[in-house]
Amino acid sequence: MSVLIYTETEKGVFKKNAFEVASYGAALAEQLGTDCVAVAINPPDASQLQSYGVGKILVIKEAKLDTFNAKGYATAIAQAAKEASAQVVLVSSSADSKFLSPLLAAQLGASFAPNVVALPESTTPFIVKRTAFSNKGFAHTELTGSVKMIGVANNSFGLHEKETTSSVTTFTPSLEDHLFTTKTTAVDKVSGKATIADADVVVSGGRGLKGPENWGLIEDLANVLGAATACSKPVSDLGWRPHGEHVGQTGKPVATNLYIAIGISGAIQHLAGVSASKVKVVINTDPEAPFFKAADYGIVGDAFEVVPELIEKLKAFKAQNV
Amino acid sequence: MKILVCISNVPDTTSKINFKDNNTAFDTAGVQFVINPNDEFGLTRAMWFKEKQGASVAVVTVGDASAEPTLRKALAIGADEAYRIDAKATDGFFVAQELAALVKEIGFDLVIAGRESIDYNGGMVPGFLASTLDFQYVTNCISLEIEGNNATATREIDGGKETLDTQLPLVIGGQKGLVEESDLRIPNMRGIMMARQKPLHVRPATTSESQTKEISFSKPEAKGAVTMIDPANIDQLISLLHNEAKVL
Repeated sequence: MSVLIYTETEKGVFKKNAFEVASYGAALAEQLGTDCVAVAINPPDASQLQSYGVGKILVIKEAKLDTFNAKGYATAIAQAAKEASAQVVLVSSSADSKFLSPLLAAQLGASFAPNVVALPESTTPFIVKRTAFSNKGFAHTELTGSVKMIGVANNSFGLHEKETTSSVTTFTPSLEDHLFTTKTTAVDKVSGKATIADADVVVSGGRGLKGPENWGLIEDLANVLGAATACSKPVSDLGWRPHGEHVGQTGKPVATNLYIAIGISGAIQHLAGVSASKVKVVINTDPEAPFFKAADYGIVGDAFEVVPELIEKLKAFKAQNV
Repeated sequence: MKILVCISNVPDTTSKINFKDNNTAFDTAGVQFVINPNDEFGLTRAMWFKEKQGASVAVVTVGDASAEPTLRKALAIGADEAYRIDAKATDGFFVAQELAALVKEIGFDLVIAGRESIDYNGGMVPGFLASTLDFQYVTNCISLEIEGNNATATREIDGGKETLDTQLPLVIGGQKGLVEESDLRIPNMRGIMMARQKPLHVRPATTSESQTKEISFSKPEAKGAVTMIDPANIDQLISLLHNEAKVL
C-alpha cells in the first residue's frame, strides 16, 4: 500500500507543483498510515523531493519520454503505481497532468477527482473537496473505487517542508511503440517567462488599457514583480492579446498568491476564474466596477497614472528588500 | 468523415450558483441552460468540416428531457441529428461509458467534446472516452485540421502551445481557439425551423456504473471588505501588500 505521486519536471528541474503534490502526498500518507512514493520521469537530482517528506522515489530514465506524450507518460505512471501497490495516486493540475489524468485513471480503473483543494475530509468513506461550477462552488465528492486518484488544485495546499531520508530506485516501464502514435512536432513556448499556472503573481489587463499598444505598462509591472501577464476575455476577443492569456471561466483559472487587475471591471465569469487567488488588487477608474467588491485592495484611479508610479515605487521597494 | 460532438447542458456563464435540499443538489431554479462554451467551439469547428469537407455531424448529450432545447439549438446551428442518452449524468466515468457505447454502435471517426464542462469542471470525459475506445486523444485543443486519416492539432500548454500530429479515429477536448469567438453561430429562423424536423434519438443508458458520488456542495466563504487606497498614496498599497497580505 502507498500514496503514489507524479512529480513533474521541465527542462531538468522539478516544477513548483511537484513540491506541492509531494507536500500533499506526504501529509496524506501520514493520514493513511502508509508511505509516500514519488515517480519522476527523466528527473535531475531526485533527492530534492526528500525535503518534502517523500520516502521513496522511483526514477524512470527513458529516452522515449524525453518529450511529453500523454499516453506514454500515463502508461509509465500507471505501471509505477502498480509497482508501488498505490491505493491513492496524486497528480498536479498543470496542462500536461490534466491531459494525462483521465488516461491514467482509466488504466488504473481509479475513481478520479480533479481540482482538489484540501486533504480528504474523511478517508472512510473517502471524501474530497474540489472546486466546481468554475470556482463558484465546491463539490464534496466521494471516491468509491478501491484505487483513488486526486488532481491537486494549483497553489491550494502550498509547500510544506519535511526533511526525510529517501531511497531512490530506478524503475523501467514497458512502453510499446503504438503508445506514441500521437506525436508532438513543435513547441511554441517563451522560455524563462513566468506562466499563469506557475507564477506567484499575475498582472492582468482589461479594456481599460484602451489598446494593445499600451500593454508595455502591464509587462513592465509584471517584470518588476516576476509575474505572469494575463488579460480579460474582451481583450483576447479583440485580439489585443493571445487566447492563452485569457483568464476567467472559459479561459484559464488563476490561483496565484497575488492577482493585480488593471482596467478590468470584473464580470462574474472573470471573478469566477480568478477567485482562487489569495490576494486581489484592483485598479480601475470606475468606483462602481463590480471587481472592487471581490478585491482585497482597491485603487480608484487612472491606470496610466497609477501603474507607472506603482512600478517606480516597487522598484525602490525591491531594491531595499533583496 | 463522421463527427460526433458531445454537448453538456450547463448553466449560463452569468448564473449565480445556489444549492438546495440541504446542500446536496444544484438549484436549477431561475437558471438558464446553454451549450457548454467549450463544446460550442467544437460544434462550430465541426460545422466547418461539414461545409468544407463534407463531414456529417451528430450531437449527443447525457441527460433528461430538460436538455432537449440545448440539443435542438445544436441542430439549429447545423448538426444533422441528435442523440440523448436518457440518464442522469452521475459522473465523468459514467458519461464516457455511455458515449463510448454510442460511438461503438454508430461508428464515428472524430469525437469532439469540450476540454471540460463549466459546471463540474472534471475534464475527464474526452480522455476516458479515448481510453475506452482506444482512439487517439488531444485535449485543450485550440486548432484542428484533418486531411484524410491524418490530423494536426494544436493544444494549449502552460505558457504556450504545441502542435501534435495524430490520426483518426480521434477524440478532441476542444476550447476557445478551435474557432474564434466571433465565428460562433447564433441559430437563424430557417435553422430553427429545420431543427424541428431533424431526428432526435432518445436512448436508454447501457450501464449504471459510476466511480464517484457527489455527497454535498458548498459555496466559497464570503470575502472581507475591500481596503480602498488613495491613488496619491501608492506607498500604502506596497506597505499593506508587504506587511499585511505578506505577498511582496
